[in-house]
Formats: sequence, C-alpha cells, structure tokens
Amino acid sequence: MAFYVVQFLTGLASAASLFLVASGLSIIFGVTRIVNFAHGAFYMIGAYIAFTLTERLSGAFGFWGSIVLAALAVALIGVLVEMVLLRRIYHAPELFQLLATFGLTLMVEDLVVLIWGPDDLVGRRAPGFKGAVDFFGQNIPSYDLFLIALGPVVLGILWLLFQRTRWGVLVRAATQDRDMVAALGVNQKWLFTSVFAVGVFLAALGGALQIPRDAVHHAMDLRIIVEVFVVVVIGGLGSIVGAFVAAVLVSELNAFGILIFPKISIILVFLVMAVVLIVRPWGLFGKPEAAARKTPGLTVNPWRPLTSNERLASLAALVVAAMLPLFAGNYALTVGSEIAIFVIFAVSLHFLMSVGGLASFGHAAYFGLGAYGVAFLAKMAGLPMIVCLLLGPLLGCMGAAVFGFFAVQLSGVYFAMLTLAFAQIVWSIAFQWVSVTGGDNGILGIWPEKWAASPSHFYWLALGVAALVTIALRAMVFSPFGYALRATRDSLLRSEAIGINAKRIQWTAFVIAGTTAGIGGALFAYLKGSVFPDNLGISLSVDALVMVLLGGVETVSGAVVGAIVYKALNIWLVSQTDLSKLVLGGFIMLIVVVFPKGIVGVLEMLAQRRRKASPPGSPLIAKPIESAE
Amino acid sequence: MRARDYFVGAAFALLAGGMAQSALAQDIKIGEINSYSLLPAFTEPYRKGWQLAVEEVNAAGGINGKKLVVVSKDDGGKPADAQTAANELVSSEGVAMLAGTFLSNIGLAVSDFANQKKVFFLAAEPLTDAITWSKGNKYTFRLRPSNYMQAAMLVEAAAKLPAKRWATIAPNYEYGQSAVAVFKKLMSEKRPDIQWVDEQWPPQGKIDAGPVVQAVAAANPEAILNVTFGADLVKLVREGNTRGLFKGREVVSFLTGEPEYLDPLKDETPEGWIVTGYPWYSIKTPEHDAFLKAYQAKYNDYPRLGSIVGYQTIKSAAAILAKAGSSDPEKLIAAAEGLSVPSPFGEITFRKIDHQSTLGAYVGKTALKDGKGVMVDSSYKKGSDYLPGDAEVEKMRPKD
Repeated sequence: MAFYVVQFLTGLASAASLFLVASGLSIIFGVTRIVNFAHGAFYMIGAYIAFTLTERLSGAFGFWGSIVLAALAVALIGVLVEMVLLRRIYHAPELFQLLATFGLTLMVEDLVVLIWGPDDLVGRRAPGFKGAVDFFGQNIPSYDLFLIALGPVVLGILWLLFQRTRWGVLVRAATQDRDMVAALGVNQKWLFTSVFAVGVFLAALGGALQIPRDAVHHAMDLRIIVEVFVVVVIGGLGSIVGAFVAAVLVSELNAFGILIFPKISIILVFLVMAVVLIVRPWGLFGKPEAAARKTPGLTVNPWRPLTSNERLASLAALVVAAMLPLFAGNYALTVGSEIAIFVIFAVSLHFLMSVGGLASFGHAAYFGLGAYGVAFLAKMAGLPMIVCLLLGPLLGCMGAAVFGFFAVQLSGVYFAMLTLAFAQIVWSIAFQWVSVTGGDNGILGIWPEKWAASPSHFYWLALGVAALVTIALRAMVFSPFGYALRATRDSLLRSEAIGINAKRIQWTAFVIAGTTAGIGGALFAYLKGSVFPDNLGISLSVDALVMVLLGGVETVSGAVVGAIVYKALNIWLVSQTDLSKLVLGGFIMLIVVVFPKGIVGVLEMLAQRRRKASPPGSPLIAKPIESAE
Repeated sequence: MRARDYFVGAAFALLAGGMAQSALAQDIKIGEINSYSLLPAFTEPYRKGWQLAVEEVNAAGGINGKKLVVVSKDDGGKPADAQTAANELVSSEGVAMLAGTFLSNIGLAVSDFANQKKVFFLAAEPLTDAITWSKGNKYTFRLRPSNYMQAAMLVEAAAKLPAKRWATIAPNYEYGQSAVAVFKKLMSEKRPDIQWVDEQWPPQGKIDAGPVVQAVAAANPEAILNVTFGADLVKLVREGNTRGLFKGREVVSFLTGEPEYLDPLKDETPEGWIVTGYPWYSIKTPEHDAFLKAYQAKYNDYPRLGSIVGYQTIKSAAAILAKAGSSDPEKLIAAAEGLSVPSPFGEITFRKIDHQSTLGAYVGKTALKDGKGVMVDSSYKKGSDYLPGDAEVEKMRPKD
C-alpha cells in the first residue's frame, strides 16, 4: 500500500513541473492566440541560466535567489522577443506567429551549445532538499515534496492574480473576446507584453527548478514542448485549472501505467489527448471557442485562377525545371527530386490548411503511411515499382479516412492537436511494432527499378508527379467542391445554411490531402531506398507547416514556393555549416518580419499595389471584398 | 531588400568557418557523416579525434604520397538527411569512401546507401548488431564493438555475481531493446537459475525517472541492468540515489564508464557499478600514451571515447586506402578484409567474415575520486574474444 501512495506522490511531483510550464503556455495562448513553439526554448534557457547562477552564488539564498533571478532574466528576454518580433506580426495570418517562434527555437538550440558548450551539465541539489523522507520503508525525495507543494501554490497565486486584480480581469476578458477588449479602449500592446512575460517567467521557472533533478542540455526544449502542448489542450486552452488537472492526470496515468505496460510512456499523453478530444472537443475545462470575427475578404486578395500569361509563365518554369538534367550533376538532381517531393507534401497540406482552413499538426502521418505502404508492398509482396507507387499511397488514404473522420468534428487548435495525436499514435506503432515495421531501424532496400534508377529519370518522375498533383489540386480549388470547401472555411454557419454538408466536405478534403501526402511519401521511400519512423514524425509535420506558412498561407501558390525555398535552403545549410539551425532560424525570423504574409503573399500584395497605382488596372481584382459577420 | 543582402553576407561569413578546406584534385577524400548538431557531447571530441588523425596521417606523408582530406557533413540525427549528405559526398565531392555515423538507424541507412551505390562505408559508432549481421552487406565495415560484444563482456562479469533476481532499465528504441535481449540471452545461458523480475522502457531522452525508479524498486530485484545514457542516466542516477534504489543492489551498466556519460555525474556517481567504458587516466600502454600525449598537446583537453572512435576511424580508413592503393570499392573491400591496424587500444583486425573490427572495450567498476566519477579495476577486453563462432555468424549474415 505504501508503495502506491509513494508512486502517487511521485506522479504528483512530475505533474508539478509539467504544470508550471503548461500554465505559462496556456496563458499566452489564451490571450494572444500565439502557438508559442518557443516555450520549450524559454524553459531551456531558464535551466541554463539557473545553472550558471547556482554555480556562482553559494548558500541557500544563493540557490533560491538564482532560480528566481534566472526566471526573471528569461522573462526579460521574453519581453524583448515580444516587443521586437511578435508585435510586428499580430496581424499576420493565423499561425504565422508559430513560424516566428519556430525560428527562435532553432536559433536557441544552437546558441546554448555555443554559449554553454556541448556537454550535459548537472547542477547542484537544492539546499535543504537533498535527501529523502522515509514513508513506511519507501523513500520520497524531499525535493519532490517541495514540488508537490509548489504546484498548488502557483495555481493559487495565478488564480488570485486572475480573479482579484484588474490585470487579471483584463486577461480573462481578452481570453474570452479580445476584439471586444480592444474596442473598449484597453491598451492591448502592454496587455500582450505583460501576459507574454508572465508566461515566459513560468516556463523559465519550470526549467530552473529542474536543475536539482535533471541534466541541463541542448535538447531539453524538444523534450518538453510537445508534452506541454498536449497538457494544455487536454485541460482546455486558456484554463489554468484545466492545465493543472491535465498535468496530474497525465503524470499519474504514466506513473501507474508503467507498472503494467512499461512501454506505455512513449505514447501515453497522445492516447489520453485523443480520447479526451473525441469525448470532449474543447478539453476538460475548455469552453467552445467563440466564433472568430474573421474577415477574410479584407486580408486576402480574392483567389482567382491563373491568367493565361501566368499559365504560360508557370509552364515555362516547369520546362526550365525539366531541363535541369542537361546541365546539373547527380547530386543536384537528387536534391531536385527531394524538393519536388516536398512540393507535393506542402501542397497537400496547403489544400487542407489554406483552402479548407484546417491546420494539421500531424500531416507527416499520411506522408509516412504512403512511404510505409510502398515498403510493405515492395518488400513483403515483392510487387513492381509502378504498382507500389500506385497502391502505396492508399495506406495514406485509409489513414486519412479513419483519422479525418474524427478530426473534422473539431476545429482550430483542437483540430490541429487531434491530428498531432493521431500522427504520434501512428508513429509509435511504426516505432514499436518491430516485427513488421523494423522499429526505428526501419525498412531498408526499397530502391527504384532500372527505368527510374538514374538520378535524371527519377527527377523527371518526381517533377512530373509534383506538377500533376499541383495542377490537380489547383483545379480542385476552383471547382464547385473547392468553392464549397472555402465556404466552410469562411463561414460554417452560412455554408450550412445554403445546404453544404460541411463535415462531409471537410472530411473529403482531409482524405484528398492525406492521399496526396501519401503520393509524396511513396516517392520519398524510393528516393531514399528506406523508410523510418522519422517519416511520420513531428519534425516532418512541422517542416510541412513551415513550408506552407513561409510561402503564404492565404495564397494559392504559396506552398510551392515555400517548399522550394525552405527545402533548398535547409539542404544547403546543413551541408555547409554545423550551425545550420542558427542560420535557418535567423532566416525564418527575418522572413517573418520582412514578409509578414509569406513570400508569395507579399509578392501578390506588391503586384496588387502596382496594379492599383496604374489607372487602367482592373477594378474587380483590386477592390477588396467586403465581408463582415 | 538591403537587410536581406546584409543577412546573406552574414550567413556566408558564418559558413566560412564551418566549411571544409578546398581540396586539390589529386588529394584523397574521405566523406564523413555524423550527428554533429544533435549529439555535440559525443561528436565534438569525436571531431577532435579524427582531426588529429588526419594531421598525423598527412605529417607521415599522406596516403601513398597523396594528401588525405576529410569532408565532414552533419546529418542532424535524421536518416533521410544522412542519405542526402552521403549522396553529396559521393556524387559532388567524389570521395573515395564514406565513414562515420553515430545512431544505429542512420548507420543502417548509410550502409544501405553504400550497398546500393557500391561505395565503401566504414561505420564508426553505430552499435546495432544488424549492421554487420542480419542487415550486413559487403560494402560496410564497422569499427566499434557491437551491442553483442559489449553485452558479452558485461555478462562475463555479471554471471559471477550471486544475484538471481534481475530487473532491466533501457531506453525504448532499437539500441536499448537489443542490448537487453542479448544480455538476457547470454546471461540465461550461463546462469539458468536467474529470474527476470521487471523491465522498464522509458522513452529515449524523456525518462520520468521518479516513477521508473519506484517501479523497479517495487519488484525488489537483487541486481539491475541499465542501458540508459546521457541525460536519462543523470536523472536515473539522481532519483535512484535519493530513493536508495542502488543500495545493496548490484548494477551492471552499458557505456556508463565512458567519460561522455560518467563525467557529468560528478559527485553523484554511484559506486561499484560494473560498466563498459574508457578510463583514459589509467591505461598504461605505449600506444595509448602516444595517443594521449598527442591529443592533450593539440587540444589541451582529455580525450573522451568519442575521440578514440574518431581517431581510429580515420586511422583505419587511411590504412585501408594505403593498402588498396586505389579508390576502387572492390579493391578497398579486398584491402580491408582481414587488415590489421594499430590503435590506441592495441592492434585491431577487420574480420573477413562479417566486417566487424576486433576493437574492444574496457570493463571495470565505477568509483568516486575527489568528487568525480572514475572507472577502477578496469581491464581491456579484446573484441575478438567476445564474438560468436563463425558458423553462427554465417547463419545470421545474408550472402553477398
């Protein structure tokens, strides 16, 4: 019995550290609607600075002072980031801020290694909390007891802050309806900055408090960020109490789960999230999101098919691309094939995200399923390449059909997180089911047949498929189906009022996007000759998001441009420097600031301005469509 | 767009530092790939090791009079990126052979690439048994002692312990799984009386150490096998120390004696663990002395195991290239099979039968000295003594 009590307390201690970080993320999202990918990075910097300070300052006061000082210092960095970077892009399209924080995270990962060196750092233990307390023959570390107490204390302070102060009232009001708060004359700038500072402070505090029990190293951020997001979503966005309950739930399920299934940790949080979101679409304590006052017509240039001149230009670009084998070497051609494949992947996500308004955080699942589909068919059934390429993507299609059905019941960030959960579940199956998938050692030896083996032939194949897929999806955007899909994106109520079956349309779009991603994955398997769980992983999903956002989420052709720019730059940087993350991160942040609507978005804006400036310009295109809800 | 131009300029300036020196046509190039950005704790000393080797090879007249150049690429810890890098090295850089890699899945991906493109590949670090056995191919050789060999070395010591109830803690991926599987198999062969009472599989890099330690303690084992390393090991040791998990229990642990993993533990190093590792401070052989002196003179730092791996990878590669006298992969294979080369750990041989080198490892016990973790009572275990019989190897390895 004593054992179960101790195991429960241990779970509570894990929950406390998770809660600190999660509460900060929840507050930031609630008010600013920023999906703060850099939250883990702030957590990590907090730990690093606290390490440095605790090594320098001695004594109990030195230690605890260092922890608080570190958190304050990082909060200051957070303020700086908010004022210099994020303030410029609050009016950018939804999720665009994710791109900025993603770039920041990349930079921080390289910076900490440059500043603090590559070795894992182990900090001091907390003065006064070094030993353990005996509980009927079981030892409980006293530091765990401290954390267990700290969790509810922080929860209480936050609660008081939100319920009893004017600032808290404003934060709550902004969480519920920030347009209204702005309309009432509240200075949003400082509200956002202060909220961001508090959130970052909590993240850094969470990181600093890990010093006595963890090692400080440059991958701490990735270890926590996804888990924290999951906790926030399970609890319900913007709900502090929800974050607390979710942290306890997840930690306890893990603490007791490993007694029965020792391998459960790898997937547990995602399983819990999937179940919770299917049963309660807004998390345990969340409320349905108030319908956003979107006025897409004011921000977006109305979409139109390419003019015949633009068609000719695109065709010319394709012809030039097809002539690459005449003057480029094998390496350039293989890179070209990879870029073409990622164009397929990016346009498939773009179809879901820009056309359907459904941002998926787990799109790599269908890419990877396509790749595994090919691997199974080629290695187990021994089918010829062309058959594998045709049938392999069906696995992506089936996955999308099943998961899409559940996912489209939700919207916004909840939709995104459910797709992430599904992707992680698929990933863990590929990772764990060693006898079929080979586990993380993957499936090897899936090389193209002779007719496609040479780099130039494979390049033409990939380029051809990419062109066909892009044209097909584009055609679909301007088909009646595409119009219906865009209607569900712009106004669910209106579209349903005119008889559009929104869920079915969205589900169909999900399946189309998943199948298309599967086509990309199938080609990718042959390009690399192997398939790994990596092909389904979070980082690939994030890559796809970055490509679409970089190109411009509100444009029709942004994904193509974004994929080419991001992938080419990434491959080039990784090849040229060990600090590729630092440079790439910096580049992304620069793009975010210079091109707040994505590359294509800004180009379109400039073109439109020019058209406006010249008097005979077509008034139909230049005039923004009025739309108000 | 001025800001952008400026940025591109800055990017180039940054790159200049990381770029390999340009090589002349008559140089001999080795293409090297490793997870530099993902695993700097290992790869920094590793890079220093191979840079020292390149310097020594060229100071001694290069390879049959030609200068040796190593072109190094980062794979970011992703198999797909490793293949892109391998492709660039082979297609654009025209390297004579590939070398390097750390993670098993990346080693396998590059090995499969080498097999497909008919390129010689010397895997440095990946520990998976598959790379020389079940998924072995004729183009791939491997330097480090495999999972199987390290398990066999540890089993030799572990089987002498009186403990009968064993529990295991291993990271939940291929390396952890196969380390535990081989250890269990070899151990149960030697000691049929052993019981396996619990196993814990925390995700790699994400151990929630408290509950894991509690769960193992609840099974009340007499001895524990640990396969975690890096940050996970730190958390496990700290929780285990505080909760008294290791008190009165024997612990056998993979890799823990390597300075990369032992040094961060500082004064929390648990004493008396049986580990594989690299006690650079207590190896007293002329070969190692020479290496140690050269390394410390160049870097003013002590070597880690990664330094040995990096150094020996390039030294071996240079010996293979020199013997083959050509960059034709078939001739390189012929030269490498059965080749014996000196190493800081004594002479090693690349076996013809499975392309595994006979580089061994040190087995010893952990101890605390001046608030730092060290390995004591260590002895070198030759790799050749811990490999299965030829008939068994032939059964596992696919025919070329």
